Amino acid sequence: MITLIILSILPILILYLGLYKAKSALLPVTVAGLLVALGFALAEWNSGAQPIFSGMMLFDNFSIAFSAVTIISTALIVLLSKGFFEKISSNVAEYYAIMLFALAGIVVMVSFYNMVMLFIGLEIMSVSLYILAGIRKNDFASNEAALKYFLMGAFSTGFLLFGITLIYGAAGSFNLEAIRDWVITNPRNVDPLFHTGLLLIIVGMCFKVGAAPFHFWTPDVYEGSPTLITTFMSTVVKTAGFAAFLRLFSASFATLSDFWMPVLLVITILTLFIGNITAVYQQSFKRMLAFSSISHAGYLLFAIVALGAASANSVFMYTSAYSVASIIAFGALILVQQHTGSDSFDSFNGLAAKNPFLAFTLTIAMLSLAGIPLTAGFIGKFFMFSGALSQYHIWLVIIAVVNAIISIFYYFRVIIAMYFRTADRNELVVPGYYSFVLGAAALATIIIGIYPAFISNLI
Amino acid sequence: MTVSILLFLPVAAAIITAFIKNGAAKHAALFFAIAELAIAIFFLAGFVPDASIQYSVVYEWLPKMGIYFSAGIDGISMVLVMLTTLLVPLIILTTYQHQYKNAGAFYALILFMQAGMLTVFTALDGFLFYVGWEAALIPIYFICALWGGENRIKVNIKFFIYTFAGSLFMLVGIIYLYLQNPAKTYDLAQFTNLNLSVGQQSWLFWAFFIAFAIKMPVFPFHTWQPDTYTEAPSAGTMMLSGIMLKMGIYGVIRWLLPNAPLGFIGVQQSYLGGFTWQSVVIILAVIGIVYASLIAFNQKDGKRLIAYSSIAHVGLIAAGIFSFSVEGIQGAMIQMLNHGINVVGLFFIWDIISRRLQTREIANLGGIAKVAPLFSIAFLIILLGTVALPLTNGFIGEFLLLKSVYNYSIWLAAVAGLTIIFGAVYMLRMYKNTMQGETNALTATFTDLRGSEKVVLGIICALVIIIGVYPQPILHISEAAVNNWKNVMDTKYIEALGKSIR
Repeated sequence: MITLIILSILPILILYLGLYKAKSALLPVTVAGLLVALGFALAEWNSGAQPIFSGMMLFDNFSIAFSAVTIISTALIVLLSKGFFEKISSNVAEYYAIMLFALAGIVVMVSFYNMVMLFIGLEIMSVSLYILAGIRKNDFASNEAALKYFLMGAFSTGFLLFGITLIYGAAGSFNLEAIRDWVITNPRNVDPLFHTGLLLIIVGMCFKVGAAPFHFWTPDVYEGSPTLITTFMSTVVKTAGFAAFLRLFSASFATLSDFWMPVLLVITILTLFIGNITAVYQQSFKRMLAFSSISHAGYLLFAIVALGAASANSVFMYTSAYSVASIIAFGALILVQQHTGSDSFDSFNGLAAKNPFLAFTLTIAMLSLAGIPLTAGFIGKFFMFSGALSQYHIWLVIIAVVNAIISIFYYFRVIIAMYFRTADRNELVVPGYYSFVLGAAALATIIIGIYPAFISNLI
Repeated sequence: MTVSILLFLPVAAAIITAFIKNGAAKHAALFFAIAELAIAIFFLAGFVPDASIQYSVVYEWLPKMGIYFSAGIDGISMVLVMLTTLLVPLIILTTYQHQYKNAGAFYALILFMQAGMLTVFTALDGFLFYVGWEAALIPIYFICALWGGENRIKVNIKFFIYTFAGSLFMLVGIIYLYLQNPAKTYDLAQFTNLNLSVGQQSWLFWAFFIAFAIKMPVFPFHTWQPDTYTEAPSAGTMMLSGIMLKMGIYGVIRWLLPNAPLGFIGVQQSYLGGFTWQSVVIILAVIGIVYASLIAFNQKDGKRLIAYSSIAHVGLIAAGIFSFSVEGIQGAMIQMLNHGINVVGLFFIWDIISRRLQTREIANLGGIAKVAPLFSIAFLIILLGTVALPLTNGFIGEFLLLKSVYNYSIWLAAVAGLTIIFGAVYMLRMYKNTMQGETNALTATFTDLRGSEKVVLGIICALVIIIGVYPQPILHISEAAVNNWKNVMDTKYIEALGKSIR
């Protein structure tokens, strides 16, 4: 709870700092505030939390773990923004403030115990993101991204809200526990209100996490937004979306899995194939990452398709691994983009000669995203595959294996460009903040990959 | 003393070597590789050749998921540990005449790969096995793609995707075994004790077989191999052909057959007229021998010829294992060692030729024996070992393997045996065209062996002859383990047969 309060006050403080032109204080204050919020979150670990505010919120270990992941990822992204926002806008304080508001919404999203709170959290996050996507006011692509994101987002929120309403109509409550009890007491009969509502919620959530066939906004929005905002969207926001998705389904709808599981199964398979196959044909690294994020949404859906006791753990592992690797990938992209002025695969040519450290961290990130052992990404995939196989979704796992093979093509394209192709350009200098973030993220990827035990048993 | 020292020393060595600047890196790498060999010899000296698992180690890794860092050495592993630790210093020594760019990274990758392969050869936990399997693949991909020939990018991505695809199916198989295991661990001993139905085991058989068949490679999964071998730097080719392909063969012996014996032999044979997966894979293996030999016959590039002959030799090893007898497995054990030694020798011979003369075209060569007698003698000895002349190391292995195939089917043994004669023809023809005859303008400039080359080829030739004359000690290492291995599976088969009759 204190975490949420800090994350709500911090952006206001930042806005005041911006008002009084204390530009150099913005970054340190933001990072310090995030660390304090993280500390308070971790202090509540295993405290046996009960629902508070008449069952509105529940800060259990699940919510603390996902708050921690999202706060750490945000801190890393904020560290990368040194010198990034100043170049594209004069109102730097607003960036930090809006990003932190989005984070506050995310903490609500992973801690809700009532569907109303889910909706409020989702809206706080989404509205902040609409602004962030369009924050380059004079840039055509950024405006396009913001408009597309807003229209699609508003549309999907409508679906979600409609679904919540219908379920309220059937079950008579927004409370997760009450809905679960209603499902258990009315086991056999298919209630048109309730089941329609459930389907609409699935549609709404799939929009938010970018699962096919509701993914069409993702590539354009990711490409048009400023790269750091894209990083935020594809790591923190995606993590939060899946945490909320999982929390809702495991708390309320677990016993109805016969009904919604086939729907999600089809969505998962579509997401995997569309994300992976389209990614192969991309020429832009940024767009490739957008499609790869769709395919990772497919792997993450495994945890919900094969809903069980281990699902929370799997999603936690997978999103941590994916976030850390994506931050490296986007960080490297920003540097290369500044250096060459392009985000195509060709601009990565010969990077290993220009800056071995950057090439090495990006290689680790790509191996992790591809799911090669001894990186965190493999552990995430391994958990997902184990979970799906334990529920006898053997064909789903075989389809996932085929997709993992396809993904090698585009992840290795970057490695091939960096190491095996040459380009005559001058040295690329990595600023200190970037070295720290990329190095720490690469180290985390390898440590989780080699010894996952210390974070894999948390939830 | 446990096997963990054997597994972690190369990792530490790789990290240290990566930071050593160009000139000294090879010396450091050689030092660490010899230290590793010394440890392996120490293990061998204290090894009791019975069926037990020795020097074993169990650490908790991810205990909640049933994953343990569990490794140990038995007779079957011991032979491969010796092969790996013996060949890596030799391979490092063969690179002494090369000047590699970023030498530190090159040798670090070789040492890291060694750690991965030793993990594969000693792992007793399914998860650890898989991690070692992939940990060996990543370094060789970078070795081949960074220091390889012209087409390296295209060829190596094909190689990587092939092997990665195979191993993912194996991963699915391993996880499936874990889920069937009531104790919920990845322990190999518990996997082999599971009572799975014939249908389940058939699926498992294919999940594992594809991974191992790609690695070995068995026809028709071999298409990555000739290109990769040809394009790789010679040290990479030696690592691949000398040691890495043995991971596939070892996998068949240690993971495929013990975990899915009924899927392999089949129990209810009558309804398909004696059709079993065993007969399918053994025929594939023999087709591989014939096919590779025929193609090798027409090769103009020496390195490529060796690559194809390697497919043929591995095909025979596979056929011997799949014929499923103690002789077959024992033949495979000793042949793995000998094939490793010989193929490293042959690739080194071609490395020397291509480095001195800038060509690997057999047609451009001839008469080298006149200008380089030592070189041609070494070539001949290794060649005779490869074509399995009695009293060279290749003989005993091929003899046992053919005998085992013969016991399975006379016709297959006849085809396989004829092809081996065929193999002798193309190998000796290669020797004739390169070494004998008159020198030409190019080969007249050839200089004889020097320094480190003498050491490497001397050691290899000595091994060819010593093992050829007296193979018994090596067969003895794995004998008890192989006998026990066969007994366990026979018992399982008879049990299943009893059930199916009832």
